[in-house]
Amino acid sequence: MNIHEYQAKELFRKFGVAVPEGFVAANGAEAEAAATKLGTPVVVVKAQVHAGGRGKAGGVKVVKSPAAAREAADALIGKNLVTFQTDAKGQPVNKVYVESGVDIARELYLAITLDRGQGRLVLMASTEGGMEIEEVAHSHPEKIFRETIDPALGLMPYQAQNIAFALGLKGDEIKNAIKFMMNLAKAYTDLDCAMIEINPLVITGQGGVMALDGKVSFDDNALFRHKDIAELNDTTQSDSREVEAAKYDLNYVGLEGEIGCMVNGAGLAMATMDVIKFAGSEPANFLDVGGGADEEKVTAALKIILGDPQVKGVLINIFGGIMKCDIIANGIVAACKTVNLSVPMVVRLEGTNVELGNDILAKSGLPIITANSLADGAAKIVAAIK
Amino acid sequence: MSIFITEDTKVITQGITGKNGTFHTEQGLKYGTNYVGGVTPGKGGTTHLGLPVFNTVKEAVEMTGAEASVIYVPPPFAADAILEAEAAGIRICICITEGIPVLDMVKVKRKLLDPKCTMRLVGPNCPGVITPGEGKGCKIGIMPAHIHKKGNVGIVSKSGTLTYEAVKQTTDVGLGQSTCVGIGGDPVHGTNFISVLSAFEADPQTQAIVMIGEIGGQAEIEAADYIKSAVTKPVVGFIAGATAPKGKRMGHAGAIISGGDDTAEAKIKALKAAGVTMVQSPSEIGAAVKKLLG
Repeated sequence: MNIHEYQAKELFRKFGVAVPEGFVAANGAEAEAAATKLGTPVVVVKAQVHAGGRGKAGGVKVVKSPAAAREAADALIGKNLVTFQTDAKGQPVNKVYVESGVDIARELYLAITLDRGQGRLVLMASTEGGMEIEEVAHSHPEKIFRETIDPALGLMPYQAQNIAFALGLKGDEIKNAIKFMMNLAKAYTDLDCAMIEINPLVITGQGGVMALDGKVSFDDNALFRHKDIAELNDTTQSDSREVEAAKYDLNYVGLEGEIGCMVNGAGLAMATMDVIKFAGSEPANFLDVGGGADEEKVTAALKIILGDPQVKGVLINIFGGIMKCDIIANGIVAACKTVNLSVPMVVRLEGTNVELGNDILAKSGLPIITANSLADGAAKIVAAIK
Repeated sequence: MSIFITEDTKVITQGITGKNGTFHTEQGLKYGTNYVGGVTPGKGGTTHLGLPVFNTVKEAVEMTGAEASVIYVPPPFAADAILEAEAAGIRICICITEGIPVLDMVKVKRKLLDPKCTMRLVGPNCPGVITPGEGKGCKIGIMPAHIHKKGNVGIVSKSGTLTYEAVKQTTDVGLGQSTCVGIGGDPVHGTNFISVLSAFEADPQTQAIVMIGEIGGQAEIEAADYIKSAVTKPVVGFIAGATAPKGKRMGHAGAIISGGDDTAEAKIKALKAAGVTMVQSPSEIGAAVKKLLG
């Protein structure tokens, strides 16, 4: 789960991670009031969307008066912002963050995330901030400084100090940076984050260390122990089909194609998408109904697929292990009774209780085409919509 | 022979009285798995499915001599259940549970990497391990029994349901399986491709290997290096997600860690270079193995 910059900065403040003063605003008047309250000669008005690359896309405006802040907010709010990390439609801007301008001496990069290879968190930093950080990592890996965090100890001060010296910090900057990194690492583990990225991390003219931006995402599997974090979710930033799917705990990703798919298991779901493409069509979605799906979940999944106007055909591919084929079949039949099955549907069942499942489908009287393998299923659904 | 488990392996179920623990222990018993008990805290002293239930893994190990455990405990308590198994002296722990918080697994991983730790963890979020037998085999996990057949193909996979595809096809072409290991696709997990590949290489029953990977992480690239240097048996590979869209991203940190090696394209290229026969669709796995074994 991702959150907005303004929400990330509120959390940073709670953990003692320094950020510039700022207020969130939902319209021009609120932005003007925020800028007046800040009272700094320069304020920055930033579009709040779940995507990076806002600066280059025109989503960050530096202004010199409250009136100009109002104008900038009015220009951003209510429109979609397209950046290199969004799709072509972009992300809707519903709020802006109005922040006091900072006297920037240096811009750096700082992040914490999981290194899957080690199975541990890594604190990473670089003197090369900005959007080209991936390029820097690729061509000059020596310019990315890393410290691996022992989960039994947490980040140790000497590790933060190593990073501070590697970044070339001096005097008070070192002390401030260590405090900043220690508190950030605590926030990461206390909140079950999946990634925290600060780009840029700024050193001010007075030796202060501050997060000028903050991207924070959370481990969805850990949200059960962070109810307050779960409430920060802004569903306007997600595909509406994905929002509906999330209500039923379905792993769904909306795509642009015409074949709706329902599959159990992420690997098989991806393989099903691959095979649909090789058969000459495009998937409308990725949908993994998971290991423990019941009839209600299957019904909800099918309603989402059949309610999607771009879907011209449905391919259901279930290899039942923990999930039983008769439960899937009952779900399919129940869903088809509540939603009008107006497009061709191919069902391929295999595994636990497969005979029972196929029997339920055969006796349902629904125009369902059955398939005996994944390749067979993909070929049949592509042929059926042509 | 087989790897990791045999028909004589003594197994306990952690979370035996729950819905999933009950169903899949029952299925395992039908298959001939040597279940000797189960654990549900607070239900010690009772009997379930004809097996003794214990309050702790330690007690279960002491009373039954169990060397393997399978975990169906819900996600908030699953990491603790893994560590409990380790402390009780379990040799191989197979964790089926899906949805364990990453930072919980980071703690578990630290324990597993401790040189004093002798337990092998398979999973989490995996279908389990099965050694098919003639009449009596050892099935620890949620895989459907009837598609398996004793044979000479070793299968290792990140994806549960894709493992079943490979199993069914190798059965249908008449080869069967030595052992099938689902390692799970979670970012932090126990047993990796390399340790399963090395066990298959050393196992005389295994004559060919099927390896199924996915996008994300570096494990397939590392496995490719290993295959090149240490695996002499024929390997058929499939990587899921060749056509998966990159999706919306928030930042750059993930890409810096992976260095761009986590795409299907990079993995397929590395495995091909290591001499692995790569198939484009999972439906081709059976035929590809059959062809390699002549």
